Amino acid sequence: MPSPGLSLACLFTFCFTLATFLLPWFQHWSGSRSQQAGFLATVMGDSRRLFANHFLVKADVYFHRGYYPSIFDQAKEAHSLHIAEDAGAVEEKGEEGTDYLGQPKDWIDRFGRNFYPSRHSHLEHDDTPGKSTGPEREILPWLKLSASLDPQKVESYTVAAYWLRQMNNYEEAENFLREGLRANPNSYEILFELGRVYAEGPKDTRMARNLWELALRRWNEQEANKPEPNNFMLSQICTYLVELELKEGNLAKAVSYLETMKKVSPNPDAVQKRIEEIKQGKN
Amino acid sequence: MNVIWAIATVVIKELLRRKDFYVLFILTALITLMMGSINLFDDRNIVRYLKEICLLLVWISSLVIAISTTARQIPAEREQRTIFPLLAKPVSRGQLITGKFLGCWLACGIALVVFYLFFGLISASREHEWPVANYFQAVVLHWCALGILIAVTLLGSIVFAAPSSNGTIVFVIAAGIFTIARHLHKVALSMAEPARTIVSAIYFTIPHLELFDVRDLIIHNLPPVPWLIWVTALFYAAAYTALFLLAAWLMFRRRALN
Repeated sequence: MPSPGLSLACLFTFCFTLATFLLPWFQHWSGSRSQQAGFLATVMGDSRRLFANHFLVKADVYFHRGYYPSIFDQAKEAHSLHIAEDAGAVEEKGEEGTDYLGQPKDWIDRFGRNFYPSRHSHLEHDDTPGKSTGPEREILPWLKLSASLDPQKVESYTVAAYWLRQMNNYEEAENFLREGLRANPNSYEILFELGRVYAEGPKDTRMARNLWELALRRWNEQEANKPEPNNFMLSQICTYLVELELKEGNLAKAVSYLETMKKVSPNPDAVQKRIEEIKQGKN
Repeated sequence: MNVIWAIATVVIKELLRRKDFYVLFILTALITLMMGSINLFDDRNIVRYLKEICLLLVWISSLVIAISTTARQIPAEREQRTIFPLLAKPVSRGQLITGKFLGCWLACGIALVVFYLFFGLISASREHEWPVANYFQAVVLHWCALGILIAVTLLGSIVFAAPSSNGTIVFVIAAGIFTIARHLHKVALSMAEPARTIVSAIYFTIPHLELFDVRDLIIHNLPPVPWLIWVTALFYAAAYTALFLLAAWLMFRRRALN
């Protein structure tokens, strides 16, 4: 029986030798998570994407100051995120059906409603002059976390950029959207939102036009042939382009965008009326 | 009363001697400070996510302290055979149960004050305000919820042989109550008989610990609970605590110590 010290030394040497062989192999192995960017990607791998939507919803919970339907209430009625509706990332469905709790079902329910947020309210933007940030900043950590967990979730970037714009934080909005664009180079939603940042922040209309035109091209490449294209987004892009071209005096271009809009608008007569007004010189 | 207080003092001293509280407090503080140091869009005023994380850690830590401290009280006395001289003092079994409960509850109260002071400091450092009434309500409600759980754990320590099984069962029950108890009746109404009656009976029987969790009101800076409702909640907690303590005493009274 060899001495314990010798056994330990032998085992240590064996482990060290094995490590020098395995480590270079592991670093070049395609399945190694150590090559993935970021702490979350390394620790959680692709499973992190499962949690991204949870944190996007969490941002919406914060927007409603904690008043939010539970999974038991959500089962009754599916709804879109209000932060996304406000940001123009999805079509607005209004505030109907926000009384998730309904009438109290029993005395415990009635009594319990005093201990958690049980009334519908929103974080209000502070319009005080000179004040750049309001309580809506509180939703941002969850949007950033959602984007870190699933960089392909475009909504996280566009919604966060919208709220950063509301807080006049154009620089951070641009940085975050550019981060999103690196992960989703063909996203027309991010290009459109980036255009809004340039139009509102540094008032760079040339850059904004380029971005919106690129967004329109990307939309045509990706959505035009789909059975159910994202017409809401097309209308948004065209609306901003029309406004810009009208400001710049390019009436023909404005009319051409309105013609595109007319094809997908739920109210084509109103769009046609606007086209005629422009043609008659009533801007 | 002196006997009960003497037993309670020993339990408090035990908590101070053990490292559970210190480890959990340091972990809570470290995680909170680490999360607070993250740069989020260059805005140093974002605070609610930090309040949420800190309060979650405070709740988890307090549950661990309360359940683990209580679960080992009576089994440890039996294992070390110190329960025999203790009951020969003479100390009645009722006094022992009450003393153990009071000690654990007060020890948890001390721990909660430290945790909430830390939370208040972190919150005030960014929000620059100190909603004393909200914090006072939150601490007392939290303490009352722990009171119910301590009483349940004491009852469990008489029913179950090992502190580990008792602790695990109470943890699972507490987690279940905190997460789904509020919705049980809603779920019951959509069920067929006899499941509907069974789930409804569970809903009306269990202590609704979730009532004492006012984290969302604190996180989102909402007004405090109306004081009359708050006092009623304290009576609700007192009733359940007394019920479980009574059950523990009744079972312990007939239980052989060997």
